[in-house]
Amino acid sequence: MVSGILSFGGYVPRLRLNRKSIADANAWFNSGLKGLAKGERSMANWDEDSVTMAVEAARDCLKGFDRGNLAALYMASTSYPFQDRQNSGIVAEALRLNSAIQTMDIAASQRAGTSGLIAALQASAGAGGPVLLASAEKRRTRAAHPLEMTSGDGAAAILVGAGDVVATVLGYHTETVDFVDHYRGQDSAYDYVWEERWIRDEGYLKIVPTAAQAMLDKAGISADAVDHFCFPAAARRVSGMIAKQLGISEDSVRDNLQANMGESGVAHPLVMLVNALEEASPGQKILVVGFGQGADALLVETTDALAKLPARTGIKGHLAMRREETNYNKFLSFNELVNAEHGLRAEVDRQTGMTTLYRNKEMILGLVGGKCTKCGTLQYPKSAVCVNPNCEEFHSQEDHSFAEMTGKMNSYTADSLTYSADPPAFYGMVQFDEGGRMMIDFADMAPDAKPDVGMPMRMMFRVKDYDGKRGFRRYFWKAAPVNAP
Amino acid sequence: MATGIKDKVAILGMGCAKFGERWNDNAEDLMVEAFIEALEDSGIEKNDIQAAWFSTAIEEQHVGKSGVPLAMALRLPFIPVTRVENYCASGSEAFRGAVYAVASGACDIALALGVEKLKDTGYGGLPQRSRGAVNDMFWANTSAPGNFAQLAAAYGAKHNVSREDMKKAMAHISIKSHDNGSKNPKAHLRNKIDEDKVMNAPMIAEPLGLFDCCGVSDGAACAIVTTPEIARSMGKKDLVTVKALQLSVSNGTEAQHNSWDGSHFITTRTAAKRAYEEAGIDKPREQVSLIEVHDCFSVTELVTMEDLHISAEGTAIQDVMNGFYDADGEIPCQIDGGLKCFGHPIGASGLRMIYEMYLQMLGRAGERQRSEPPVVGLTHNLGGFPHQNVCSVCIVGMDGA
Repeated sequence: MVSGILSFGGYVPRLRLNRKSIADANAWFNSGLKGLAKGERSMANWDEDSVTMAVEAARDCLKGFDRGNLAALYMASTSYPFQDRQNSGIVAEALRLNSAIQTMDIAASQRAGTSGLIAALQASAGAGGPVLLASAEKRRTRAAHPLEMTSGDGAAAILVGAGDVVATVLGYHTETVDFVDHYRGQDSAYDYVWEERWIRDEGYLKIVPTAAQAMLDKAGISADAVDHFCFPAAARRVSGMIAKQLGISEDSVRDNLQANMGESGVAHPLVMLVNALEEASPGQKILVVGFGQGADALLVETTDALAKLPARTGIKGHLAMRREETNYNKFLSFNELVNAEHGLRAEVDRQTGMTTLYRNKEMILGLVGGKCTKCGTLQYPKSAVCVNPNCEEFHSQEDHSFAEMTGKMNSYTADSLTYSADPPAFYGMVQFDEGGRMMIDFADMAPDAKPDVGMPMRMMFRVKDYDGKRGFRRYFWKAAPVNAP
Repeated sequence: MATGIKDKVAILGMGCAKFGERWNDNAEDLMVEAFIEALEDSGIEKNDIQAAWFSTAIEEQHVGKSGVPLAMALRLPFIPVTRVENYCASGSEAFRGAVYAVASGACDIALALGVEKLKDTGYGGLPQRSRGAVNDMFWANTSAPGNFAQLAAAYGAKHNVSREDMKKAMAHISIKSHDNGSKNPKAHLRNKIDEDKVMNAPMIAEPLGLFDCCGVSDGAACAIVTTPEIARSMGKKDLVTVKALQLSVSNGTEAQHNSWDGSHFITTRTAAKRAYEEAGIDKPREQVSLIEVHDCFSVTELVTMEDLHISAEGTAIQDVMNGFYDADGEIPCQIDGGLKCFGHPIGASGLRMIYEMYLQMLGRAGERQRSEPPVVGLTHNLGGFPHQNVCSVCIVGMDGA
């Protein structure tokens, strides 16, 4: 059986930072930033990181698919929250995948996303089940660095394997070249970047065409047959120059989403691939390239199955779900780029007991509550005695995850007293349509929102607390409005 | 067959420290201040006390655990001292322990003392703290005002009340309590306020503004209880006796089962019903003459008027706006200023409410004395959150009433 793309999904944080706000703050130092001050970049909320974004993209990708038969989950990123605790393992737990699954973190190059996709395709051949690749990036950038303006946060997920594929793989090729356009050493939080003209002339315009041409030659396909060319670099006109060199038609060069999202690092070639799959018609060829210490080139062709794929939010849908942020200080504060005062209430110790987390990991990471086998009542958390006053059976509950359920808001507040990195803190009682309820934090609320009781809510995987003292963060689920702009 | 607590125990003496920001006093100083007043009032000697119940809620901010801090502060003669904590209802819990001890015949005279020293955190409001290792991983990031604020959204949705009407009724409640508190020399907040001030105050937790929230205070209150027979044998006349002591504790229904709509307190309704039965009251709106409720937030007081079965469901706003619960209304609520203005030193609050009942019934409430002293009074002391709480309802009244 031929392995190909079975499904795809995407995620872009709701917040979009207006680039003008960055330039207004920093152009006094670097007037060159004014030239980049157009459009907006996606901006992870304070409680989002590459793990939470990967979970959201994966959920989007797995819509309509059985999660039980996945053989592997790979994650690709250069902005992992954990250096040593498998990040893909957290994603797998949040997705409630089997423990009998191969997981792996792929990192350390901007082409980790495309390399991960190629590895997933290769692995899926004999894996006995589909392989999911989730790629997410929340790149740390220094204030006033051009990367701060051109980067965006986001994620994409691709499910590969045999079966009713939406795209077949026509070929792939990798060139490995230790071309150091930028690097980030072990002890540094930010990238060190070399001159962009050199990166363009010696990197993009030499290494990429080499890789792409080699791939096309292997596949026996001519460049002018490419319908969509996905090249993630933020640099203007570079994609067009590469296309011209290769003989790909100018119309095939896809929007790099610089105007409304920014470059999401490792995830971006896949973000662009997902975006292309969203817009492609059956029988079209999509060329995707990842660049970083060489280049990966991958060519896929869409099938008729593409039209039958269940609807998903994808990149397109998430790009439409936006809220403009014009306060650059908020971005600085969320990313700890200023030494902001958080107040005495922020001083509470947020240590997580590893024993506590381990024995409750399904409840916390998988949002697993209970369903009473006697009366059918859903409840969160699960407990030894059913909560239904007319039942109260002992030990009657089987696992039931609330993560994919939707509900309605019963009560809420916007709390300016409790500590939040983004006050006011919204939370309230969410009642699920199928049953069960929880008093839970809300995500992605506009600070001045005045929601009405009955507002539809869905669940999202987020950071609950940061334990700065120990470098730990705890994850949990939050309720987000289904329809908020 | 249980016969209930009615008229089995009398209050022999009560005391209450001045509530407020007692920057220069430790918890022990507040305990002694309340105790001396109660001891003098009771006419007994300290060594006549045979058992004590001691309430604090956030003990890690001041005295630490156990009954030892009370025994040491008062130099009690090696008697049993039990420390109780049941959220903000802790004070009522101490009272219940002492009253039950006397009613059981286990001892003749018992002490209940509650204290809280909260103004050592460095910021306003209650201390931000851990809720427990597992709870911290999934509980919403709530504060006390944020939990109670949600009553407004749910109540408004259920009874179709606009945000504006809700806010105005809440404002009336706070203005009334400030008026009452201004006449109380022991109250934390003694300033009068008007509607403009309430409406334009900084938002704490939507829709609760600053003046919808009670004061966080330092303070202590205490009661010495005995049997009516012993009280009379000591020459006491005009006895205030305990008519009912009920407690209701959430079992997870509100937090986890969809039968609760979030607009009221199941516990208050349950405890009130049981308390009226215990006290032999069948028409509370006509038979209760004074109430002190747990007005931690204005909206709590509003919905509690219905939960106590005094205002019919959906009519509390009307009663509030008509002045039914004002100091000169039919049933004054918070005639001492309530938690809102007398203050809320958590472990002491339940006892403070009974202290006010006691003073009013004996005609000793000074400038704020109700012209016709009340005969039957109800105190309502609540702890936790609307979706997960502890509610105490206590009824006291003149002996024979």
